[in-house]
Amino acid sequence: MHPAYSVIFFTTATGAGYGLIALLGLLAAFGLVQPDLWFGFTSFGLASCLIAAGLLSSTGHLGHPERAWRAFSQWRSSWLSREGVAAVLTFVPIGLLVLGWVVLGRSGGWVAAVGILTALCAAITVSSTAMIYASLKPIAQWHSRFTLPGYLLYSATSGLVLLSAIMQAFGRPSAAWMIAAILFTLASWGWKLATWRHNDGAGMAADLNSATGLAGGTVRSVEWPHTEQNYLMKEMGFRVARKHQQKLRTIVQLAAFALPAGLLLIDLLFGGGISTLLASLAVVSQLSGLLVERWLFFAEAKHTITLYYGLA
Amino acid sequence: METSPYIADRVAKTTCYMCACRCGIDVHIRDGKVRYINGNKDHPVNRGVLCGKGSAGIMQHYSPARLRKPLLRSGPRGSGEFREIEWEEALGIATERLARIRHTDPKKLAFFTGRDQSQSLTGWWATKFGTPNFAAHGGFCSVNMAAAGLYTVGGAFWEFGEPDWDRTKYFLLFGVAEDHDSNPIKIGLGKLKARGAKIVSVNPCRTGYNAIADEWIGIRPGTDGLFVLALIHELLRAGRVDIEYLVRYTNAHLLVIQNPGAADDGLFVRDAEGHPLCWDKSANAPARGDASTETPALSGEFEIGGRRCVPAFQLLAQRYLDESYSPDAVAEKCGVPAETIRRTAAELAHVAFEQAIELPVAWTDTAGRRHATMKGRPIAMHAMRGISAHSNGFHTCRAIHLLQVLLGTVDVPGGWRYKPPFPKPVPPGAKPAGKDGGKPDTPLSGSPLGFVTAPEDLLIGDDGKPVRIDKAYSWDAPLAAHGMMHTVIRNATRGDPYHIDTLFMYMANMAWNSSMNTAETMSMLTEKDNDGNYKIPFIIYSDAYYSETVPFADLVLPDTTYLERHDCISLLDRPISHADGPGDAIRHPVVQPDRDVRPFQSVLIDLGARLKLPGFVNEDGTAKYKDYADYIVNHERSPGIGPLAGWRGVFGEKHGRGERNPSQLQRYIENGGFWHHEFDVDQRYYKMANKSYLEAAVGMGFIAKAEPIRFELYSETLQRFRLAGQGHGAVVPPPSQRKRIEAHFDPLPIWYPPFEEAAIVERDYPLHALTQRPMHMYHSWGSQNAWLRQITSQNRLFVHHRLAAKLGFADDDWVWVESVNGRVKGQIRLVDGVEENTVWTWNAIGKRNGSWALKENAAEHTRGFLLNHAIGDLLPPDETGRRYSNSDPVTGQAAWFDLRVRIRKCMPEEAGFTSPQFKKLPLPPGISPSPSKLSFGAQFKQKVLAR
Amino acid sequence: MTCVPATTEKSLGLVIDLDSCVGCQACVTSCKEWNTGGHMAPLTDLKPYDGGVDGVWFNRVHTYEQTTDAGSRTVHFPRSCLHCAEPACVTVCPTGASYKRESDGIVLVNEDKCIGCKLCSWACPYGAREFDTDVGVMKKCTLCVDRIYNENLPEADRVPACVAACPTSARHFGDLADPLSPVSQLVEARGGVPLMPELGYRPTNRYLPPRAKKSNAVTSGAPPLSDASPAGGFLGWVDRLLSA
Ligand SMILES: Nc1nc2c(c(=O)[nH]1)N[C@H]1C(S)=C(S)[C@@H](COP(=O)(O)OP(=O)(O)OC[C@H]3O[C@@H](n4cnc5c(=O)[nH]c(N)nc54)[C@H](O)[C@@H]3O)O[C@H]1N2
Ligand SMILES: Nc1nc2c(c(=O)[nH]1)N[C@H]1C(S)=C(S)[C@@H](COP(=O)(O)OP(=O)(O)OC[C@H]3O[C@@H](n4cnc5c(=O)[nH]c(N)nc54)[C@H](O)[C@@H]3O)O[C@H]1N2
Ligand code: SF4
Ligand code: SF4
Ligand code: SF4
Ligand code: SF4
Ligand code: SF4
Ligand SMILES: [Mo]
Repeated sequence: MHPAYSVIFFTTATGAGYGLIALLGLLAAFGLVQPDLWFGFTSFGLASCLIAAGLLSSTGHLGHPERAWRAFSQWRSSWLSREGVAAVLTFVPIGLLVLGWVVLGRSGGWVAAVGILTALCAAITVSSTAMIYASLKPIAQWHSRFTLPGYLLYSATSGLVLLSAIMQAFGRPSAAWMIAAILFTLASWGWKLATWRHNDGAGMAADLNSATGLAGGTVRSVEWPHTEQNYLMKEMGFRVARKHQQKLRTIVQLAAFALPAGLLLIDLLFGGGISTLLASLAVVSQLSGLLVERWLFFAEAKHTITLYYGLA
Repeated sequence: METSPYIADRVAKTTCYMCACRCGIDVHIRDGKVRYINGNKDHPVNRGVLCGKGSAGIMQHYSPARLRKPLLRSGPRGSGEFREIEWEEALGIATERLARIRHTDPKKLAFFTGRDQSQSLTGWWATKFGTPNFAAHGGFCSVNMAAAGLYTVGGAFWEFGEPDWDRTKYFLLFGVAEDHDSNPIKIGLGKLKARGAKIVSVNPCRTGYNAIADEWIGIRPGTDGLFVLALIHELLRAGRVDIEYLVRYTNAHLLVIQNPGAADDGLFVRDAEGHPLCWDKSANAPARGDASTETPALSGEFEIGGRRCVPAFQLLAQRYLDESYSPDAVAEKCGVPAETIRRTAAELAHVAFEQAIELPVAWTDTAGRRHATMKGRPIAMHAMRGISAHSNGFHTCRAIHLLQVLLGTVDVPGGWRYKPPFPKPVPPGAKPAGKDGGKPDTPLSGSPLGFVTAPEDLLIGDDGKPVRIDKAYSWDAPLAAHGMMHTVIRNATRGDPYHIDTLFMYMANMAWNSSMNTAETMSMLTEKDNDGNYKIPFIIYSDAYYSETVPFADLVLPDTTYLERHDCISLLDRPISHADGPGDAIRHPVVQPDRDVRPFQSVLIDLGARLKLPGFVNEDGTAKYKDYADYIVNHERSPGIGPLAGWRGVFGEKHGRGERNPSQLQRYIENGGFWHHEFDVDQRYYKMANKSYLEAAVGMGFIAKAEPIRFELYSETLQRFRLAGQGHGAVVPPPSQRKRIEAHFDPLPIWYPPFEEAAIVERDYPLHALTQRPMHMYHSWGSQNAWLRQITSQNRLFVHHRLAAKLGFADDDWVWVESVNGRVKGQIRLVDGVEENTVWTWNAIGKRNGSWALKENAAEHTRGFLLNHAIGDLLPPDETGRRYSNSDPVTGQAAWFDLRVRIRKCMPEEAGFTSPQFKKLPLPPGISPSPSKLSFGAQFKQKVLAR
Repeated sequence: MTCVPATTEKSLGLVIDLDSCVGCQACVTSCKEWNTGGHMAPLTDLKPYDGGVDGVWFNRVHTYEQTTDAGSRTVHFPRSCLHCAEPACVTVCPTGASYKRESDGIVLVNEDKCIGCKLCSWACPYGAREFDTDVGVMKKCTLCVDRIYNENLPEADRVPACVAACPTSARHFGDLADPLSPVSQLVEARGGVPLMPELGYRPTNRYLPPRAKKSNAVTSGAPPLSDASPAGGFLGWVDRLLSA
C-alpha cells in the first residue's frame, strides 16, 4: 500500500495522543497523580494537540476535506466512521476531565468516572483506527490478529513514554511509570517482531488463480491493461525494496524500541540533571521510530490488486 | 438517482473510419459535440458491435494533432517549420506545378495514396492526369494475398471473402492478428465458439484470436508454404481430395504440354480458337477444357497434334506426392511436429468428407446442371499478412488456395465464401495502362493498375527498364497488381529509373511506420543534389493529423476527420459486402469542422477541374462536380454504374445499375448510411459457377459475362513468365534477371526460404522478428488518441522464456535488436506463447518526438520503439551486386516479416530509453500544445442537472 | 446508506467468457466513452498526451499466461466491478456515499457525498474502484445504470455499453439471482466461477473459464490417413478415384 504521509502521521500522532489521554484519565481516576493546573494543561494540551493534529492531517488525504463531517454518519457499518464518531465523542469526557481535574483540581467521584470514561473512549478510538485496517480482507498483513493489539500497544507505549517525559519535566519522576514505559516499549518491540514474522509468512490474501478464476497451474501477468501506472497501482501497488525494508526495520527497532528503552533505563538508573533531556530524547526517538514503523505498516502491506498486475 | 438521463439531441448514422473495416456507427450528438458512438445494429459489417478503436472515436475526432490550415514549408524540409497559407494559395501552387508537369511529362508526378478508401477516385484522377505512377498502399500491405487469390480463385482473402461463420466446423487461421475484417472476424469467432467449431491457429505468436483457438500451431515464420504443401501431400497420399469439385471448377484437367526446353513447354494445349483442351475419357478424345466435360482425365499421358501432354492435376499430384513434401521432411523447418501435420491433415479430411453438410437449396450451374441441394464441406480458412509479408508469400498464399480447392471448400456451405463483386475472372480482365509512360496533356488509356498475364503486358520500355517509378510490372515484380509504394522514395531519390518532379501523397505515413528502413527514408526525403536542390523536388501531402510525414512535405493539404466529410465505400473499390450480397456505404458530415480544412477528395476534384482534366470539367471548362458528394451521386464509370450501387434510377428504384438519382445520398442517410442487397438463397454459394448468381452479377455490373470462373490451380500466366525467364518469347528479362524469374514463376505453388534469411549468415541473426497489430490501435493513428494510448504507449519485445534463459535475459531487461539493416532498442517481456526462435512486438507504437502533438515525455518516443528501423527496404546484394527491393519477386509485396535479428542486452547506462532518437519536431503553426488534463464528458453531466 | 441490503430483488451483473475474449479492448473504450459523459462524468484523464498518462477507467483488460500440465495458454481477462453481494467497499464507506441498490444489487457511489477517503478502494479486492484525483471523488462501474433503464434509448440498447460493444459476445448481462435467466443458465452450463470466493464478498459477476483445449467433437473421430496408392502407384490411385 502507498504510504501516505498524512495517514502515517495521523495514526502515529493520534496513537500517542490517545495513549497519553488514556493514561491521564487513569491517573486522574485512580488518584495516582495529584491534580495540578500546569501539569494538567501541559499534558492534556500536548495530548490534545497530537490528536487534533493527527485528525487534521487525516483530512489532508481526503479528496473533499470540506465534506469530512459526512464521515460521522455511517457508524453502523464503517470503522472509519466509528473512529470519527469515537474521536469526537472522546472529547466530551476529555473536556469534563480537564474541567474537573485540571481546572477545578478535583479528583474522585465524577471526575474519577470521567477519567475512566476518557481512557475507555481513547481505547475505543484507537481500536476503531486499528479496525479500519484490520477489517480489510484484501490485505493479509492488516487483516490479522496482530493489528488491533499492536495499535493499542503502540498507543499505550508512546503514551507512557510521553507521560514519563512530562512527569520528568514537571519534576515528578516516577520510577513505576518509567518501568512501565520501558516494559511496554519492550513488549511493543516483541509484538512488532512477532507481527513481522507473521506478515512475512502471510503473503497474499488470495492467489492469482482464484483472482482470475483460472484454476490450476501457474498464472502469470504478461500485459497490463495500460502501460503506465494508474491509481490502483500507485495506491495499492507500492512495493518496498527488500534491502530498504531491512534497513527500515532496523531503524524501527532502534529508534522506536531499543533507544527509548535504553534512554529510559539510563534515566531511571542515573538520570540526575539530564533526566528530562533523556526522557524527551526517548519520546522523540520513539515517535520518529513509530513513524517509520507506520510507514512500513503501509509499505509492506500487500493488496490483492497487486496479484492482477503480477506484482505480488 | 436519474436512470433515464437525456443523451443526445440527435443520432447520426454514418461509417466508422478508425480502421478500414468500416463499421456502421450511431453518433450521438449533443450541443454539436459528440457524446457517444455505438455500433449500428442493422449494419451488415458489425451488426451493432464495435471494436476498441471505434469506441474511442471521440478522441480521434477531437485529437489535438488535427491539422488546421494549409501549410507551406518555411524552413528546411524535414524541420517542421511551416507557415499557414490560405486554400486559394495552396491550390494555386499545386495547380501551377501539376499543370506544368502534365504539359511536359506527366509521369514526373508520382501520386501515391495510402490507406484511403477512395482509390476508384484517386486512380481515375491519375488516369486522367496521365501518369502511370499511381498506386495505393497495397504493395506494402498484402498484394501477395490479393494477387495470389485473384490469379488462383478469382477472389481473395483480405476483406474480399469470408468464412461461412454460421456453418463452418473447422476454421484454419493463418497469420492473422486482426485484419481488415476486424469486427466480422470477431463476430465470427464468437459464432464458432458458440457452435463449438474447431479453431486452429497457425501463427508464431499466440495472442488475440490465436489465444482462443482450440489448437495453436506455433509455426516458424516464413514456412507456412511447406506446412500447407505437406498437408496437401498427406491428402493426396490418402486420396482425400474432392475430385468432382476439381473437375467442375478448376483447371486441374487441362492438358499441359510437356516439351522441356521449348517455348511451349508447360502451356496448355489449345484448339485452333485458343480454347484449352482436356482429355475426355468417355470419348477417349480431346475435348474443350472450358466446357462441361463430365469425364475428363486427371491422369495419363496423351498426344495431341504431335505434342506430348498430361493433365495439370497429374503434374500437381506428382509434385506434392514427392517425399520432400512429406510431414517428416518439413517438420523441422516449420518447427511443427510431423505428427501434428499428419493429424491436421486427417482432421481436414475427416471434416471435409465425413462431416459434409447439405443445404436444401436447389440451384443450377453454368453447365445447366440442376442440383437439388447445395453440398458443403465445412472447412474455412483465412490468411493474411503472416503469409503475405514474406518474400515467398505469393506462393504460400497460392498453396493455401490450393488446399482449399482440393478439399472442395471454396464458396460452398461451411467453406470460405466470396463477397460480391467477387469472384471475378481469373485473373480479372484489365491490364495496367501507361506502357508508353504517359504523354503530355493526355489521359492514360485505362487504369494504371491491372493484371498482367504475359510478359508483353509488363510496363517496361524497349530497353527492359521499368516504366513506373516504383518498378511495378517490371521484371523486378511482374505481377505487382497494387504497385510498390514502398520503393518510390528510394527510386525517386536515386533517379532509378528516373527522377520525378513531384511526389503527391495522401494518407500514408511514409516517413515513419509504413516505410522500411525508416531513418534512411527520412534522410532520402531531404537529400539534395550537387546544386543544392532536393532530389525529390516537391512533395505535396494530405494528412488530417500531425504525423511524422507532415514535416517532410513542402505543401500540406489538411484533411477533415471521418465525422466531418463525405466518403464513399464503393463496389468499385473496397466495398463492405457480405458473402450473402453486395453492400456499399457512405460517410457524411455529422459534425462541422472547426478548422480551415477541406475533405481531400473534394480538393482532388477541385484540382482536377483546375487542371481541366477530362472528366473533371464540362465542355465549357467549368468544374463538373461541386465537391465529392456531387461526384458520388453524379459520376458514372460506365453507363448506369457509379460510385454507389444503392438507390439508383430516378426514383431510387434500381440497385447495382441504373440512372443517377439526385437524392441518392439522402436515401443512404435514411437507411443508416449504407446499402446492402441480399441475394436469393440459390445465388449465395458456388458463385463461380452459379448461373443465377453470375447473371445477377452481370446485371449489377460486377462482371462482364455470366461465364463460369475456373480456378487456376496450374497457372499458365506464371508459366509464361517462366518461359520468358528461360529466354523464350519476344519479351524476355535481361540475362541477369532470368534465373530469378525462372525460379519464382512456377505454375504450381512452391516454397523457398525467405530472401533475407537466405542472404544472411543464419548464425549471426538466429532469430525471426515480427510485428503484430494491436487490436486497439490503427497503425500510427492510435497514439494521438488519449484513450487508446493509455492502453499501449510503450511496446515491449516479447521473448520466449526459454530463449531468454538461454541468452541470460531477465524480464524487463533492455535489449538491442540488431539486424543487417540496423538496430533498435527496447524493453523485453517474457512469454510462453511464441515460437521459440521468434521475437515480436506491437506494430507502430513507437513515435517520433514531437509528432502527433504528443508531449516531451510521452512513452511512445522515450520507451516505445519502431521495429521498422531494423527492417531493410533493400535485400543484401546478390551475386551480380544488385540490390533488389526487399519484396516478393512475383508481386513486389514488401517482406516486412522476413526480418532476421539477434538480441543483445544493453549496457546498464543504455537502459530505460529507446534508440534511435530523432530531432524533436516543433508543433506546426496554429496547433496549440495538447492539454494536460481531459475532462471530456463533464459538459454533458452539467446539462443533466440543467434540463 | 452503507449498510448492505440483506437481499436484493435482483442481482444484475455480468458474465464474462474467458474462452471467447480476444482482448480487443472494445468493452474498455466503450465503457470509457459512455461513462465519461454519463452518471459519473467525467472519467478524467491526466497527462493525456504526455508520459505518465493516467485516467479513470471502469473496465480494464489484462493478459495472462496460464501454465498447467495440459500446457500453456494465453487468457485475456476483463476486470470491472463485480457488484458483490457482500461488498466491503460499501460497508467501509464512512459517508454513505457508497451504496448497494436494493432493487437490483448495483453498487454505486454518490459523488456528492463522497469525501474521497479512498477506503473503499482499499476494501475492494478486485481493484474495481477508481479515484478521480482531479475531482477528488471515488468512481466505479455503474453497471451502466444510466443505460439499462434509460427510456431515451431503444429497448434493445438498454444493456451496459461494454456488453453492447463486445464483438465476440464474450460479455453477457442479466439477473444472476434468477436461476432461469439466460446468464444464470450460461453460468450453470459452463461452470462459471466467482473471483476470490475465499474473501467472502460473494461477487455477482461470474467468469466462464476457458474450455479445455481437447480435440473437438468434429475432429475427435478423425482416423489417421492411410495410403491410397499402395498398388498401381500414383496413376492407379487417380484412376481409382475417378472410377469411384
Ligand atoms: N514493421 C511493420 N511495418 C508495417 C507493417 C507491419 O506489419 N510491420 N504493416 C504495413 C502495412 S500492411 C500498412 S497498410 C502500413 C500502414 O501504414 P500507413 O499507411 O502509414 O498507415 P497509418 O499509420 O495509418 O498512416 C496513414 C496516415 O494517414 C493519416 N490519416 C488518418 N486519417 C486521415 C484522414 O482522414 N485523412 C487524411 N488525409 N489522412 C489521414 C494519418 O494521420 C497517417 O499519417 O504499414 C506498414 N508498415
Ligand atoms: N486494429 C488494427 N486493425 C488493422 C490494422 C491496424 O493497424 N490495427 N491494420 C489493417 C491493415 S492495413 C492490414 S494489412 C491488416 C493486417 O492484418 P493482419 O494480417 O492480422 O496483420 P498483422 O497484425 O501484421 O498480423 C500478422 C500475423 O501474422 C503472424 N505471422 C508473422 N509471420 C508469420 C508466418 O510466417 N506464418 C504465420 N502463420 N503467421 C505469421 C504474426 O504473428 C501476426 O499474428 O489489418 C488491418 N486491420
Ligand atoms: S473495426 Fe473498429 S475501428 Fe474499424 S471500422 Fe469497425 S468499429 Fe471502426
Ligand atoms: S467488486 Fe469491489 S467495488 Fe465492486 S462491489 Fe465488489 S468490492 Fe465493491
Ligand atoms: S472514497 Fe468516497 S465512496 Fe469511498 S469510502 Fe470514501 S467516502 Fe466512501
Ligand atoms: S457495466 Fe457499464 S460501467 Fe460497468 S464496465 Fe460495463 S460499460 Fe463500464
Ligand atoms: S470486448 Fe469482449 S472480446 Fe473484447 S476485450 Fe472486452 S470482453 Fe474481451
Ligand atoms: Mo495493410
